[in-house]
Amino acid sequence: MTASPAGFLAIYRREIRAWFVTPLAYVFLAAFAFAAPAFAFNVGRFFDTNRADLAPLFAYMPWLLMILMPALAMRAWAEERDRGTLEILLSLPVSVSSIALAKFAAAWTVALGALVSTTPMWVAVNYLGHPDNLAIAIAYLGTFLLAGSYLAIGQALSAASGSQVTAFVLSVLAALLLTMAGLPLVTDSLSGTAPAFVVEALAHISVLERFAAFERGVVGLGDLIYFLSLMAFGIAAGGLQAGASREGGR
Amino acid sequence: MIQVSDSPPSPPDLQHSLRPTPFLQTLAIPVWSSPATQVIAVSSRLLPDEDCLHAMLTVDSVVKTFGRRAAVDRISFELTTGEVLGFLGPNGAGKTTVMRMIAGRLEPDSGKVRVGAHDMIQDRRAGQRLVGYLPEGAPAYRTMTPREFVSFCLSVRGYSGSALRVARERALDRARLGCEANQQIGTLSKGYNRRAALAAAMAHDPPLLVLDEPTDGLDPNQKHEVRALIREMAMDKAIIVSTHILEEVPAVCSRVIVINKGRIVVDESPDEFSGRARSGRLEEAFRSLTRTAAEAAK
Repeated sequence: MTASPAGFLAIYRREIRAWFVTPLAYVFLAAFAFAAPAFAFNVGRFFDTNRADLAPLFAYMPWLLMILMPALAMRAWAEERDRGTLEILLSLPVSVSSIALAKFAAAWTVALGALVSTTPMWVAVNYLGHPDNLAIAIAYLGTFLLAGSYLAIGQALSAASGSQVTAFVLSVLAALLLTMAGLPLVTDSLSGTAPAFVVEALAHISVLERFAAFERGVVGLGDLIYFLSLMAFGIAAGGLQAGASREGGR
Repeated sequence: MIQVSDSPPSPPDLQHSLRPTPFLQTLAIPVWSSPATQVIAVSSRLLPDEDCLHAMLTVDSVVKTFGRRAAVDRISFELTTGEVLGFLGPNGAGKTTVMRMIAGRLEPDSGKVRVGAHDMIQDRRAGQRLVGYLPEGAPAYRTMTPREFVSFCLSVRGYSGSALRVARERALDRARLGCEANQQIGTLSKGYNRRAALAAAMAHDPPLLVLDEPTDGLDPNQKHEVRALIREMAMDKAIIVSTHILEEVPAVCSRVIVINKGRIVVDESPDEFSGRARSGRLEEAFRSLTRTAAEAAK
């Protein structure tokens, strides 16, 4: 599968336009801009920490993204299938990899917009004290990569399922599994029944452990590769699933 | 008259066998320099060499099964530039499946589909550049206007700038979209929705048009306009039109293929087809060819 730049750009622009021509993107951005600080202020007790950093904001990001990214991803392929426009897309001289990449890039761009909507909090902590801005930037990078991972997996499930609702539910479940895999709640309950290597492997695939490094302001090569691999896997799985419909009808 | 041979004549690569007319020369478009202009190079604005009068489309022993049911069972035919093929058959006969395979949307289980010189599996994207496809139900992005939708399809095909604008406006004009070209497709009537999809299918002026029920759901005036458009385009294209409206056959087609249960049962001229019924009625000829043995016994 080779990518074609003209096809990629045209589909990317159409996807972005499709987000903003309806209230969908605005509702999503507003929900994120409201929910992220709400978690930080109310649950994370932002002011009570007496520290000039954004730890209360990033601590709840995996849980927030776990719900919101599947909402962004669910329409990617399922809507095309529902409305019959997949018929148009797959009859155009463009590779499925270009389509999958363009769909992912467009959704990731909207996710970036959502993250940008939280930057007033970054400005506020700079006004209130002297935060480590590099560490905050790295935490933002980690959040962006985490959002991309959830999106890619969500889009793969959108390609595999028949409806947007099914895609959303499956994506939330997959994100929940990926996030909770490393929590003591899961590992402790499995340690008695499952072999040790399974428990250890589960702890390693958890996004929480990888994301924690970025939260601390540390960029590890392993963590970068982990998130990029998740994204590559999700995009490829989505593209392959959609491309497989050439062999089997719908 | 199924034109199949063991070694069908190899059609030339159209991109290298067409010569520009003065029309393009006067537009001063750099014909051989970009993907968009490569598409222009195979357009009807260019006259085909004599070699190109060989098969524009070759469908060779194509089989497609869904589960255990053979939707298409060893279908073979060829189509040359200037022919308008009426593709008839009862619901579920396999018409749409064949058209999807010709458009590169679906891959056959066995057999070959070749558009121009391009095999639709090994060289799919090159073949798809030569095809304009109107899928069944004329799907289109509902939040786009017809103008945006046609632009989108052209951009994916590599068009940009003035080449895109010229092709888009010509297609919108030919599909007679008028002011509705700037209205969201989701708010348009079924007729205009179909015209938008038709405009997108023919915007790159492809040498092969595959139209799956282009007049379904249109009022008599709209049907007349679409038929006139097909006749107008037939001069320099190969066109396949599937339809359930039998009076369309003598109105636009130069050849008829009837398929039933995935197999070709008739491949002949419209006159020969209507001559199959003593009354000369197309409906009677169609029924005698496609009704099941059980139905015939009743």
